[in-house]
Amino acid sequence: MHTDRDRGTGAARGGDAKSKSGENPGWAQGLRQLYDSVVDEPLPDSFKDLLAKLDDKS
Amino acid sequence: MARNERTASQKADFKRELTEVVPHLRAFARGLCGRPDMADDLVQETLLKAWAAQERFEPGTSMRAWTFVILRNAYLTDMRRNRFRGEYDENVAERLLTQPAGQEEPIHLSDMHRALLTLPPERREALLLVGAGGFSYEEAATICGCAVGTIKSRVGRARAALNTMLEDGSIPQRAIGDDVAHRAILEELDEVAAGRGETSPTR
Repeated sequence: MHTDRDRGTGAARGGDAKSKSGENPGWAQGLRQLYDSVVDEPLPDSFKDLLAKLDDKS
Repeated sequence: MARNERTASQKADFKRELTEVVPHLRAFARGLCGRPDMADDLVQETLLKAWAAQERFEPGTSMRAWTFVILRNAYLTDMRRNRFRGEYDENVAERLLTQPAGQEEPIHLSDMHRALLTLPPERREALLLVGAGGFSYEEAATICGCAVGTIKSRVGRARAALNTMLEDGSIPQRAIGDDVAHRAILEELDEVAAGRGETSPTR
């Protein structure tokens, strides 16, 4: 499900910084959740419209 | 304008990759500026800028890292123009609230977000990139245009601050609420934008 880290973001996704942190306080998971909760939101129409328009002008 | 005009298929590839990183741009922007509506404005601005600058994108490199730089620069510019007051939308944060899986004491995401917004911008972005976005220190340093040691130091300080706030429950009621704090942040931003923000290896 939460595969955003691998989700088509190109080859340059390097090391996993989380494993380097060495510490994992209780809130660390919450921070990721905060981020992931937005990543997992359905994309608002305004973005689809904007992306669609990018084709027209070049 | 088109010195190095891309082919139609290159443009299609670019657009596909750009589309794929939009959710990440939204997440990064929301972490940076707090207000979902403003964050989305920022992402739209970023997408237009990225599209206009697509000749400068090196195919095969990380679209996410490349667009984060654009988003970050747009954020710093807007911040200096006073567009973002670091306002915190309590209602939206409450909607974000979820239960962390298998955790003894759930941390409310609203607390998390509020605590995050109290951090100085450059520490906040460093923590977002590394702790939430999953970038390596090296990648984060490239995105922020600073030394790896600087990123490590910023992340370390951000973590220490969040430890204090979230473990001791001492989160300020309003993030960046008062003028004094806001002015201090803007001054700090000017330093960061001018490339002077802690760019020398700390200590």
